Amino acid sequence: MTTVGRVGVRRRAEVRAARSGGMAFRHRLRRDWPLLLMVLPVVVLLGVFHYFPTLGNVIAFQDYSPYAGIRGSEFIGFANFQRMFEEPAFWQAVANTLSITAVQLVFFFPVPIGLALILNSVLSAKLRNVIQGIVYLPHFFSWVLVVSLFQQMIGGAGLLAQTLRENGHQAVDLMTRPDSFILLVTAQAVWKDAGWGMIVFLAALSTINTALYEAAAADGASRWRRLWHITLPGLRPVIILLLILRLGDALTVGFEQFILQRSAVGGSAAEVLDTYVYYQGLLVGDFGYGAAAGLFKGVVGLVLVLVANRFAHMVGEQGVYSRS
Amino acid sequence: MTTRAVWEEEPTIVDRLGRPVVLTLIALAVAFPLYVVIVTSLSTTEAVTRAGGLVVVPRELTLAAYAQLLSGGVVTRALLISVVITVIGTAFSLGLTVLAAYGLSRPGSLFHRPLLFVVLLTFLFGPGIIPSYLVVNSLGLIDQYASLILPAAISAFNLIVMRSFFMGIPGELIDSARIDGAGEFAILRRIVLPLSKAVVAVVGLFYAVGYWNAFFNALLYINDNNKWPLQMVLRTYIVQQQPLPTGAGGVASVGFGLAPAPGLAIKMAIVVIAIVPVLLVYPFIQRHFTKGVIIGAVKG
Repeated sequence: MTTVGRVGVRRRAEVRAARSGGMAFRHRLRRDWPLLLMVLPVVVLLGVFHYFPTLGNVIAFQDYSPYAGIRGSEFIGFANFQRMFEEPAFWQAVANTLSITAVQLVFFFPVPIGLALILNSVLSAKLRNVIQGIVYLPHFFSWVLVVSLFQQMIGGAGLLAQTLRENGHQAVDLMTRPDSFILLVTAQAVWKDAGWGMIVFLAALSTINTALYEAAAADGASRWRRLWHITLPGLRPVIILLLILRLGDALTVGFEQFILQRSAVGGSAAEVLDTYVYYQGLLVGDFGYGAAAGLFKGVVGLVLVLVANRFAHMVGEQGVYSRS
Repeated sequence: MTTRAVWEEEPTIVDRLGRPVVLTLIALAVAFPLYVVIVTSLSTTEAVTRAGGLVVVPRELTLAAYAQLLSGGVVTRALLISVVITVIGTAFSLGLTVLAAYGLSRPGSLFHRPLLFVVLLTFLFGPGIIPSYLVVNSLGLIDQYASLILPAAISAFNLIVMRSFFMGIPGELIDSARIDGAGEFAILRRIVLPLSKAVVAVVGLFYAVGYWNAFFNALLYINDNNKWPLQMVLRTYIVQQQPLPTGAGGVASVGFGLAPAPGLAIKMAIVVIAIVPVLLVYPFIQRHFTKGVIIGAVKG
């Protein structure tokens, strides 16, 4: 903690004493119990609704019956996983999840960067604020709302179909086509979150030293060369970090967006790992099997995140979990 | 208005026209669907019929759809539920987050690191849908409103954002208060909180929006459609295009037997009702975003 310098003299002595073990546990407890009391409710909530359910994943190794409970259900080893790996529908869900991640990397990831570059070049602060206010907004809408709005615009009874019909064309329903579903969900994600994703890049842009631009301009660098040699290198750490984190999250594409559209489009295109877990586990009622699919996703996801973070450290970035 | 740096070139005609065009298109892409939905919700049956569906050019505006939705029935009830859940949930989450963020923000305090680790570790993995469901079920929370609040009450991200902010408050301030005999609770209330209005506002908005938009927990834990929050109604009625189920009195009680309303206008009015609270709070908090979020996103 580098903030020790800000702590007052008395406190600093305490900190030093505490570090060197000179201060008895009893004393520290007497001093810090109000702080511990403050953290307690959050720890309890995280314990009950995060850590305890995590342990509940043992049912992935059981022939779980809701009536017998965890204690009464029989352990069956890896049978659930074995069945899962032989299930084509499971691999379909994996394939869908990965292709959605891939398409979003190409068509979603660069959009906030481009937006930030355009917005950063706008000189009027007032106009910038207005545009920022508008593009941040959809981030605060629910997925239900976003899907509703898309449906009203490009769905079978939406504005696009309506306009086409009026002009004597065949109406299209872009909301129910499995073949273009992946582009549809990417478009929805861009509409909802591209503006919000811009914040980080705007922050990074604001830290680039303008003297660099001045010097480059004096040396005769055109604006494109300045973009290439100053702006983009300035953004590079953030871009690499976010890219790595996105790869670490490759198995997570979001639950709500897909569960909402799964029935309209069909499972062949809209089934992702999270919806697969939900359907197999809760709707079919095959809890142990659903938990196995969920655990698979969780463990592979955890490994991907850890590898990605290690990788972020390797390329010299801060990573995420070293934050304190 | 134009404060161009001396070394920058005169903007070319392409810049001068291109940028506004691009920005206008982006703003339109966001605003246009909202505009169409709002205008349709305010239109009369005749106007909707004449337009052949959604209304783009407003004529014959009326509040009939809203009057009908708010006169009791499924939507009114769902709206009330969503409002109450949002208010109570936000107060609960914000209160606990402030306490924990302060509790974890004093360097060198007892168990400071292991407790922080407990919070940060939740970033790494989720417990999974099925085990979460089983826990909520075994606590008897199925079909209880508490299931919409407790499982999602604490966002580690929000907690870390707030903690970062608290750690930026000069330690001398806190020490001098301590010398004056203030306890930790008094310090939090009288010194830290007044200095942290911006971050409390932003985190409060994040929680409020989370509760308002919560659909996942309702889908999992609320089977009784008399207890549905607004997002579930929106999903059933708009996305799935199903008639609204009601506890008593069947489908017609959307409006309790008033004159049949324009169907599409009613639907769009539900959409608008789901948007309006976000639109109302947003402008007040928007100016704090950059400050509040960047702490969390970059430094956090």
